Parts: sequence; C-alpha cells; structure tokens
Amino acid sequence: MNVITYERRKVTNLVMLGLCTAAACLAIGILALILAFVLFKGISAINLDFFIRMPKPIGESGGGVANSIAGSVLTVGMAGVIGIPVGVGAGVFVAEMAGPRLAGAVRFTADVLTGVPSIVVGILAYTWVVTKMGHFSALAAAVALAIIMLPIMARSSEEMLKLVPQSQREAALALGVTRWRTILSIVIPAARRGLITGGLLAVARAAGETAPLLFTALGNRFWSLSVTGGPVDALPLRIYQYAIGPSDIAHQQAWAASFVLVAMVFFISLLARVLLSRRG
Amino acid sequence: MQVETSGPFGAAPLGRPRSWRSSNAGEIAFRAVVTVFGVSVLLLAALMLYQLAFESRDSIRTFGWGFLTDTTWDPVNRVFGAAPAIYGTVVSSAIAVIIAVPISLGAAIYLSEMAPPWLRNPASFLVESLAAIPSVVFGLWGIYVLTPWVRSPVEKFLGGKLGFLPLFTGPPFGVGMLAAGLVLAIMILPIITAIARDSMMAVPASQREAMLALGATKWEVISRAVLQYCRSGLVGAVLLGLGRALGETMAVTMVIGKTYAINASLFKPASTAASQIASEFNEASYSLYTSALVELALILLGITLVVNVAARLLVWRIARSPETVRE
Repeated sequence: MNVITYERRKVTNLVMLGLCTAAACLAIGILALILAFVLFKGISAINLDFFIRMPKPIGESGGGVANSIAGSVLTVGMAGVIGIPVGVGAGVFVAEMAGPRLAGAVRFTADVLTGVPSIVVGILAYTWVVTKMGHFSALAAAVALAIIMLPIMARSSEEMLKLVPQSQREAALALGVTRWRTILSIVIPAARRGLITGGLLAVARAAGETAPLLFTALGNRFWSLSVTGGPVDALPLRIYQYAIGPSDIAHQQAWAASFVLVAMVFFISLLARVLLSRRG
Repeated sequence: MQVETSGPFGAAPLGRPRSWRSSNAGEIAFRAVVTVFGVSVLLLAALMLYQLAFESRDSIRTFGWGFLTDTTWDPVNRVFGAAPAIYGTVVSSAIAVIIAVPISLGAAIYLSEMAPPWLRNPASFLVESLAAIPSVVFGLWGIYVLTPWVRSPVEKFLGGKLGFLPLFTGPPFGVGMLAAGLVLAIMILPIITAIARDSMMAVPASQREAMLALGATKWEVISRAVLQYCRSGLVGAVLLGLGRALGETMAVTMVIGKTYAINASLFKPASTAASQIASEFNEASYSLYTSALVELALILLGITLVVNVAARLLVWRIARSPETVRE
C-alpha cells in the first residue's frame, strides 16, 4: 500500500488548484483578447457614414454598410415573426398540453435540433425555397433563420412556462375558466418576461448566423429590401466577404462591422438578462 | 426511458368529449394549433433528414458507399469522394477538443468551486456571453491575428523541436489544419465551460461536506466528490462542444485554407465538410456536383446527430438526478 503523506496531499492540492485558476485566467484572457481586438480595430473605423452610407466600389475608402444592416433587420425580423410564435406554441404544447411521452420526444428533438450545424439548415432552406422560387431571396434566409430559432425558442419557453406556479393554474381552473383561456390569460402573461427573454436570445443567435445565409440571402452590394425579389445583404455576410477579400480598406470595414455585430448581440443578451432578473 | 414532466394538466386524454369544456370550440382550436406547433419540431427533424437524403440521391446512386472512403474530390472530372472532408472535420475537431477540454474544465472548476462570490457571477456572465459571439467574428480574428501567430512562432517552434513527427512537418503556412483546430478550441471553450460549471453547481453541498468532514483537502473534495458525482454531465458538456466544433463553418472556412487531400502534417491546408460546402455550394455547376455537396451535408448531419443525442442523454441524466439544489 502506498503511504500518501500529508505533505504530499497538500502539495497536490496547491498544484491542482493553481492549475485550475490558471486555466480560468487563460480562458477569460483569450476571450477578452478577442473582444479587445474587435473593439479597438472596429471603433477606429466607425463613423456616422458607416451606418447610413452604401458600400463604395472595392478599393475606394469611405462608404458604409447601411444596406447590410437593413438586410439583417429584415431577414432576422421575418425569421422572428415565423420562428418565435411557432416556438412558443411548441413550448406551450410541451409544458401544458402534451402527455409525458410526446412531451419528452418533442423536448429531446428540440434539444438535438439546436445542435444541427447551421450550414445544414442553409442547404435545407436552399432546397425548400431557393430552388422552388428559382432565385435567392430574403424569404429563403428568413426560413433558414426561423428553423434555427424554432428549437431554441421551444426549449426556452417551455422552461419559462414551467416556472409559473401550479397554484395559479389551479386557481383559474377552480373558477371555471377553460384550459385554453387559463393558458392564454394566466400562464402566458405570468411567464411574459421569460418568454421575451427567450425571444431576444433567439434573435441574438440568428443575427450572428452567417453560414445559413450563404446560399439563401447570398449578399448584395446594393440596396435591396425585397422579400422575394432577389439577393439581400446581411451584416455577417458583409463581414465575411470583406474579410476574405484582398483590400485593406475592406478589412477595416470588416472590423467595424464585427464591432457593430458584437455590440448588437451583447446588447440584446444583456437586455434579456436584465429583463429576466427584474422582479415584477 | 422515463421522462419526468407530463405538464400541469398531466396526461390529459386528447379529444375525449366528456364535458362541455372539451367540446368547446376555442379549446379544440387552441389545442389543435399548439399541437401542430409542437409536432412541427418532430416533423422538422424528419423532413430535414428526408430532404437531404432525397437531394443527394444522384450522388448516393453514383458513388455508393465508396463516397465515404474515396479520397478524390475532382469536380472537373466528376469524381467525388468525401474522405478528405471527413478526415479534416474529425481531425480539426479532435485538436479543438484536446486543447479546449483541460482549459475549460479547469475554468469550470474555478468558477464553481473556487471563485470568490463577487467574481463568480460577472465571470460566468462573461463566459456565457462569449458563447454568443458570431462565428464570422472569430473567423475575422482568426485570419488577421491567429494565423500570423500560428505561422510564427507556433509552427516554427513545433517544426523545429518536433519536426521528426509527421504531424509537424513541412513549411509553416499559418493557414491550415492547426489554425482551424485552434480557432475551434477557442470557440468551444465558453460552451464547455458554461455547461460543465452548471453540472458542478448541481452537485449537492452534502457531497462536499461529507468529504471535508473526513479531512479531505480542497482538491480531494473536487476530484473525488464533485467530479465523480457529475461526470456524466461533464462528458455531455464535452460532447456538446465537440458537436459544435464538428459543424462549425465560417471560422473554419476562413482559416483552414482549401485542399482536398489527406495530409498527416497539421501545418498543411485542409478542408472540413462544412468548409467545403460553404466554399463550393454556390459554384456547383451541375446537379451531380450539388448532389455530392448535399451528401456531404447529410454525412455531417449524421455525425452531429449522433454526438448530440449522446450528449443530451448524458446531460439529462445529471439534470434528473435526485438532489440538484445547492445552497
């Protein structure tokens, strides 16, 4: 039998705890480094023109990404209109309506769907919408993003509905209120804050997605807000195209656009968190 | 498998008209709409598999199982094999997991067991928010900051000291398999950390107290009580990170270069299933080409589904263990 002395245990303890602390510093350090790069490189290229002007021809300085921002708002907005209600409905189904087996199956499938690579979803939307319509469109992009939002929304709304105290449902039912009125007038309003938080997080996720837009929105250097009429631009697509291009000016713009995108995603996440932590 | 929730209204029998309530039109309509939405999740998963299999039928018929093992990807001569892409996907994700797992588990232990209370929440918030950074931003950072650093000093150093290994041979490019693995490691760090931390926080305090009462050191408490108790949650966290790495597209596409060959050296450019689809799908000029790329997507979907199902089963097990409340 090995005799492990107290000294040795103390040393092991110190070494391992030290390694864990170092790992935490390293993890947070790397991630803070990336944020710092985006912040410093991005902020120097940002001015008002960046938000309200169109892209200049390649190689010319100046110009902005107004069309990309508008395109992102359009596609993510449409995706939200499709994906959020269906997701909340699915959450209500699992939390309030379904029997245990079906609820378990839907919950598990939604969990697994959140792990499907977004590029696969892009191909799916391509075969469903783009090939049927014959051209790229904002609608196809919205379908792809909605497919990404649906399982996220279904899971988060189920969790939020489960937090509503059982007594509230029983009180309504005891007054003779029907089930569906109970859900619509009592349960959903009680979970309102949580549902909005879930919606915001789903929007934040969709706003940063690039891969599913490659074959659906395609990207467009010109102003287009047509829903079905042809390619539209989006902020992540613009970052990608500027980043892989050869122009230094474009690289600057890519950093600036990244800054805007990261700031947007952080702002939405923070808003969601604040909403959820407030009582009321 | 037993699943815990049956919803507040339990296993209410669907559509058995007994009272005025269930024959109420509003009730029926609401139930129908919500059921359609709920079942749409199941349908979506089934349709996704069907649609990809359907669209890749040309490729499946032409190449059969050989598609998985053929190393040629030659659009000009209409020969397609997925082996280089599958190899690239597996190796880049393996690099990511090998690098990210020790760091993120250490960070999770620190956040859950060691951090002072005032630091715990802000640090956890930072980690969780970083999981939400869009992958194209990681890609941009990867191109202009990471790959120059990988070329020199990282690859110069590895090539100089460990150049006798086939893994580290050849000139340092920067762009390549190693850069892709590193960027993936950074991307899955916050995901694994956040889920692992949640699993550790779910270990009952009594487990720790029992070890402490026996005179254990802090590390003995962590390694024997905490990590033992939540190990299935930890494996689940790693698998979820792996699933994300396997399917990650933009950042990898931007730093991996583009070569359709299997190279032992990690310094060489390569490609993954996702990066190959991203860079070629819009250029595919004939239907067999498109079909082959869709089959690649189908393979990728298959791999990630297996990993995710395993991960979810493990994470669920910890979530359903009896005592999950901790002071």
